Amino acid sequence: MTKIAAVFLCLIVTPISGDILWAEDLSPAGNTSGGTFSSVAPYQPAPADNVVAVDHKYDNGGVIDITWDKSPDDPREILGYNIYRSRTDEPFEMIGFVLPGITSFADEGVENDIPYRYKIGTVREGGEFFSDVSAPVAAAWELFNFDLLNLFLLAIVVCGAVIWFISSARSGKKLFVRKIGGLEALDEAVGRATEMGRPILFIPGILDMDDVQTLAAITILGRISRIVADYDSKIRMPVSRSLVMTTARETIRESYLAAGRPDAYSNDMVQYITDEQFGYVAAVNGIMVREKPATCLYLGAFFAESLILAETGNSIGAIQIAGTARPGQLPFFVAACDYTLIGEELFAASAYLSEDPKQLGSLKGQDVGKVVAMAAIVIGTLSMTLASAWNISFMDWVLRVMLSIFTINVP
Amino acid sequence: MKRTIPVIITSVVGTVLIFSVFFPSGRTLGEDFSLFFDIIAVFAFFLGGGNLVRIHITKIYRQRPDWGFSIVTLIGFFITLTVGLFKLGNAEGISGSVTAAGSLLQEIFVNIITPLSSTMYALLAFYVASASYRAFRAKNREATILLIAAFIILLGRTPFGMMLTQWIPESFSILQIPNLAVWIMNSANLAGQRAILIGVGLGVVAMSLRLILGMDRTYLGSDSE
Repeated sequence: MTKIAAVFLCLIVTPISGDILWAEDLSPAGNTSGGTFSSVAPYQPAPADNVVAVDHKYDNGGVIDITWDKSPDDPREILGYNIYRSRTDEPFEMIGFVLPGITSFADEGVENDIPYRYKIGTVREGGEFFSDVSAPVAAAWELFNFDLLNLFLLAIVVCGAVIWFISSARSGKKLFVRKIGGLEALDEAVGRATEMGRPILFIPGILDMDDVQTLAAITILGRISRIVADYDSKIRMPVSRSLVMTTARETIRESYLAAGRPDAYSNDMVQYITDEQFGYVAAVNGIMVREKPATCLYLGAFFAESLILAETGNSIGAIQIAGTARPGQLPFFVAACDYTLIGEELFAASAYLSEDPKQLGSLKGQDVGKVVAMAAIVIGTLSMTLASAWNISFMDWVLRVMLSIFTINVP
Repeated sequence: MKRTIPVIITSVVGTVLIFSVFFPSGRTLGEDFSLFFDIIAVFAFFLGGGNLVRIHITKIYRQRPDWGFSIVTLIGFFITLTVGLFKLGNAEGISGSVTAAGSLLQEIFVNIITPLSSTMYALLAFYVASASYRAFRAKNREATILLIAAFIILLGRTPFGMMLTQWIPESFSILQIPNLAVWIMNSANLAGQRAILIGVGLGVVAMSLRLILGMDRTYLGSDSE
């Protein structure tokens, strides 16, 4: 009878102890050693190991990055990893879970300047095994993002050059700026529309005011609408964004005011169509075909609609000037328009048209950036060629230096 | 004062956003300002819609040329607005998602707006043909180079290009038309695009500085103080 009772007891106890066999005691005291194991365990699986916790670099604090070496049983036997955190002298609490194969975790729930310790629970069927506890680490606030130091220095060089040339121009130094055909033709384009008694169509792209190309278009609009006001011509501006509409109205109104012709201004010069890309294209094409503007200006951010608009303008015989910073759309404009402002010319247009020496000085400042870019391209190409062809270690070093200067670590 | 305040706002916001890139404590500022912009843009929708209705009602009232189109526009506008606002046909009622499957707005989008947009987009094929015809006429040296490059790329993207030049030995495989096409796209074309993008980057820097320093005030309508 005693034997039967003992066998029965074994049958009951074995599965229960099997369950608790693998699990570590997570009492408030927190067992910080490796996984516990009873004397009847068949083998001890290895948990995750080498837990390292470090403060997240160059941030506002509040984040600690945890990494670990995965369990040798990962992924066959492993269900995932639990991440545990403990403030000094406090019990561990679970703060996250990641799937097998993942060996990092960002703890975004910490307070600055308080040390935290971490351990990883390797979860598998029947239990959980624990790693050693990491060294304590505290999150900290950093003033400057040194990962972006190279970008910061490049920005200082370029911005410094722009400001230096502006100061030079202010002091009366003569600066040469090459002629830009598309901008030289603006007067002629507006004059032609005036003579023909037809409107000038101004399309500022299809993006909103938070796009720099739209902003460039609006600055050019300020110049053009002033010429239009002076010539007593008409401008028509269908837009696809409400904010562009309100901004453009203000710009044109102020230009008419500056020209001394506020009475000639009308809100209807700027018309909202729709945010929908091809709905907008259909409406603008309709305006072109019906009203036959003498001049079409496409300045801003354009996508698939660029060629549809420009070809329709071409079919009605309008003089067309386009400008965009999107390289993919430039060939379409070049093919269909009389003049195209390529990339930087769009951003230079307002300064160029102003003929203000200070603003022209900013254009000269850009040239310093181009010199830096050209030098980097030549040195980079040469060093890569020489390093790979003749295995010159110095060139390899030069190449690594160049890469470190021009590789931007975006946060 | 009317121009000074916007210039001050532009200068302060521009400067703060530039430095927020480099100083972690201001890292979220860019996202915050972007959110502010979205909030303002939502209110601007009312202005846009109001402008659309006003212009088309005026056009109908004065019976200007093609005023019939304005009726179609207004009917479309108000039907879509009503369907969207009251979520008509939405199985989950007013609390459901405006784009829920089966809702009337979704039906309008799928069955009217999408086909109409596709139709406009399809026109691009014909416009590409007519623009290519003009661009690729060998009327000068640049256009001739463009024509040759385009011809190689077009041939290189077809089996015919490979068939024409597969006799070229492997050691000169760069001269096979498909490989030439890849070289033109990856070397000549990409180099040109990058040159344009470098110029764009520098142009954006210079223009931003002009705006931040208050030198370029044309977006306010005039350069004068």
